[in-house]
Amino acid sequence: MNQTIVSLKGVVKSFSSADGAPRVVLDNVDFTLREREIVALLGQSGSGKSTLLRIMAGLVMADGGDVLYRGQPLYGPARGISMVFQSFALFPWLTVQQNVEIGLEARGVPAAEREKRAEKVIDMIGLSGFEGALPRELSGGMRQRVGIARALVVDPDVLLMDEAFSALDVLTGERLRDDILELWEEEQISTKAILVVSHNIQEAIMMADRVLIFASDPGRVRYEMRVDLPRPRDADSPEVRMLVDEIYAVMTAGRVRTGKTVEPLRLDERLPEADIGLMEGLLERLMDDPFLGHADLPQLGEETELTDEELLPAAEALALLEFVLLEGGDMAVTDLGKQYVAAEYDERQALFAKQLLKRVPLAAHIQHSLLQDPSGELKEEHFLALLRDSLDKEEAERVLNVAIEWGRHGEVYRYNYHTGMIQLPEADEITPD
Amino acid sequence: MPSQKTFFPRQVVEAGGNRWDWALLPLVLAVIVVMAFGARQMATPYQIGTELPISLDMSYLPYYLLRTTLRMFMALIASLIFSVSFAVLASKYRAAEKFLVPMLDILQSIPILGFLSITVTGFIALFPGSLFGVECAAIFAIFTSQAWNMAFSLYQSFRNVPAELAEASRVFQLSGWQRFWRLDMPFAMPALLWNMMMSMSGGWFFVVASEAISVSNQNIKLPGIGSYIAVAIEAKDLSAIGLAVGAMLFGILLYDQLFFRPLLAWADKFRFEEIGGGQEQSSWLLTWLRRTERLQTLGDGAAGLLNRSFGWFRRHHDGTSIKARALEPSQNLVRAWDAALAALILFATWRLGEFILSEVGLSEVAHVFVLGFYTLVRVMLLILMAALIWVPVGIWIGMNPKIAARVQAVAQFLAAFPANLMFPVFVLGIVHFHLTPDIWLSPLMIFGTQWYLLFNVIAGASTIPTELRFAARNIGLRGSLRWRRYLLPAVFPSFVTGAITASGGSWNASIVSEYVSWGDTTVQAHGIGSYIAEMTASGDFPRIALGIGVMCVYVMTLNHFVWRRLYRMAEDRMHF
Repeated sequence: MNQTIVSLKGVVKSFSSADGAPRVVLDNVDFTLREREIVALLGQSGSGKSTLLRIMAGLVMADGGDVLYRGQPLYGPARGISMVFQSFALFPWLTVQQNVEIGLEARGVPAAEREKRAEKVIDMIGLSGFEGALPRELSGGMRQRVGIARALVVDPDVLLMDEAFSALDVLTGERLRDDILELWEEEQISTKAILVVSHNIQEAIMMADRVLIFASDPGRVRYEMRVDLPRPRDADSPEVRMLVDEIYAVMTAGRVRTGKTVEPLRLDERLPEADIGLMEGLLERLMDDPFLGHADLPQLGEETELTDEELLPAAEALALLEFVLLEGGDMAVTDLGKQYVAAEYDERQALFAKQLLKRVPLAAHIQHSLLQDPSGELKEEHFLALLRDSLDKEEAERVLNVAIEWGRHGEVYRYNYHTGMIQLPEADEITPD
Repeated sequence: MPSQKTFFPRQVVEAGGNRWDWALLPLVLAVIVVMAFGARQMATPYQIGTELPISLDMSYLPYYLLRTTLRMFMALIASLIFSVSFAVLASKYRAAEKFLVPMLDILQSIPILGFLSITVTGFIALFPGSLFGVECAAIFAIFTSQAWNMAFSLYQSFRNVPAELAEASRVFQLSGWQRFWRLDMPFAMPALLWNMMMSMSGGWFFVVASEAISVSNQNIKLPGIGSYIAVAIEAKDLSAIGLAVGAMLFGILLYDQLFFRPLLAWADKFRFEEIGGGQEQSSWLLTWLRRTERLQTLGDGAAGLLNRSFGWFRRHHDGTSIKARALEPSQNLVRAWDAALAALILFATWRLGEFILSEVGLSEVAHVFVLGFYTLVRVMLLILMAALIWVPVGIWIGMNPKIAARVQAVAQFLAAFPANLMFPVFVLGIVHFHLTPDIWLSPLMIFGTQWYLLFNVIAGASTIPTELRFAARNIGLRGSLRWRRYLLPAVFPSFVTGAITASGGSWNASIVSEYVSWGDTTVQAHGIGSYIAEMTASGDFPRIALGIGVMCVYVMTLNHFVWRRLYRMAEDRMHF
């Protein structure tokens, strides 16, 4: 058994929203990071994986539980823990060299030694020749190289990567990822462990020795999986594909129950943040050629060039409205879905409205309240207040926004941005059931 | 390889350093000698009551210009120090923020003459027998017309430092000192410089009021352009006014070319985003400086010192140390602090109320509120009228980028123009045509501040996305529809920003524009500005306090209920 570097025991974290109601982001999370391992954290946005990373970085303090780094409690950022940021977080007014040196400068390392160490890392990471450039002169991929060099130059024990490749295009991201894995495998860097937060399932499988999947509401580790394949791994090999499939299956088998046992949602349930255009497009695509009504999610993602962050919520939303069935990382179009695709615009709208009212209690509640009200319109605050009983302010707004957008699409109700009122559509426009 | 840690971003030219050194040497020496001379003149012996002779002779003008310039510079440095202290305290300490931010809000709505009348005697007493006390009072007055917006801008920037950069500076163990120089200050730099330029215009606008001090029955005229203008007005000397305008123009131009332009060009590297307003600043002086070898060494030296200081003020422990443990401020302490603040406010209100009531009486308080209402009506009407003129003009200019850059420079100069220079025109006109001062003095109020409206609208119009312009043309938007649906909404946010500045400035300007004299003719409009000006001249403290207090109430109410709401609406709904 390798030695433990960072260990979290029973970590609890909640953020209090503006109206005072706390929202639990991490609920009793245990986690250990050991020497010579790469761990990936996967989960939907808002599931607390970023918070967990920031707790390990010492940027966020846990409300409860123990956070130990090499056996010592952590009260702030530790010298041995370095981080790579999603949007690079480079100082735009410092040159590449100055940016790389900043961690050494802060520690009071003399200029000559600083320069020597920076130069070594700059060469290693493939930045030589760019020492004097300002970050704004570089492409995204090169900027992230600077971010990585800056994190590595201080010889960290632990490297934390917060969606480090998600701001880059796919090819650049993959190349950078392979470069880091190469440095890691050849032990060119002194880093003992790497923690990767990602929303890209394939990326996680390609990098990690262990993959942890986070569940939201509240955040906790739902599933853990070991990846014992030798590196470098081949993305097209059956082993990798199988693991990717497995994770898709886990991630889509969440609140939306698969198979026949369809449970209705609660009123204040989080709705998947899915774009309606995307949902329709996905459904049409599913009925099209290679799939013909049945698809394997990873394959669908590849074919549609959607990121997991876009694909999963859309799939979840379609399942919620009973247009598809999700099972074991596969997606199958239901009869209802087929009817929807075949229909014309008006009929689609009516179908959407019907499913919305049947399956999303919040939408039904809004319509019901509006029908009860003599003026046929209500302030959005009315519904926000209801949601805020159990969700925090931002989350409540997000959920209501989804409900509004779906309701608008089905023409169940309308919304006026300027006045913040939700209204019933005018009588002649109400779609007949 | 060459060292990267240079003060200036890059060495433009490697060779030929000495030539540039020699060329710059006389300039540097001249500046030093002139500054030393001016500074010595500031501390000459002086007894209260003696009249300082101000000559309208043209040959004195350069000297006066020097004195005014020096004063402005000192005030600017003082403003800078104040702003940094304010911003650091308010952004780092929650307890300080609670007290400092509202205080600055109040301070900035106090008219400049108000400060002068309260502080001048104190400053004179501080340096008995020397002119330096009066100089300090004048510098303080200029300071009050410069500091507030700089402090706010810095505070805003410190608070809006991008979250990931702040996290990076913590992960990489930057100490407070290191973070200040590596992150906070560079990030705040462009906005700060822009506000410094605005402040400078404000300083010039009140140059007469701050140099020709006539408060509490004292009549001191410090040598300077402001006093020169004041004397010229007393003597009805039109040609001298013309000369003063020329000297001011020259002074502003010097400041622009020797100070702000190089700084702006240098600060270009601190731009955070690559989008928007992509016009590159250039300065011949900075290019020149970058080519000199010796001055370059000086800059390197300063940068080297800063770098070395990073070694001295570094973080000596990391997050594993018990010292890093964040101590929650005790709830009792927080509550005690809040209570103390509340008690202080209540006490001050009570004392002030008692003071005013015992000296002035309720009926006068009501009267001053009515006067304030007159000024309010004037300010709002004038902004409306200025908007009717400048919004279309600004939109037209903003759509023509070539003209826009030039007009903006001119508008900035016009904003610096003291209203006093227009006194002769207004007084003579009103007396000659027997006009009502209540109406015809009003335009003076917006004389200096309307330009903020203009150049904000220009800026707004020039950022309308090109695609939207094409789309509007493609759809064939015309006439009132084009204005209602496209142009007016597009410039609305920048119009609101400009109107806020113009409104604040107009209240302040009401003091110099509702009570106007030319020679021995004085024309006066009914309003709170003339009330304060009159009471300041006679040194009636309770009434000055009352006037200032009422004006503060009006300005803050207006800000809170009108401008801030409009601003939020603009932010929320109308931006690209």
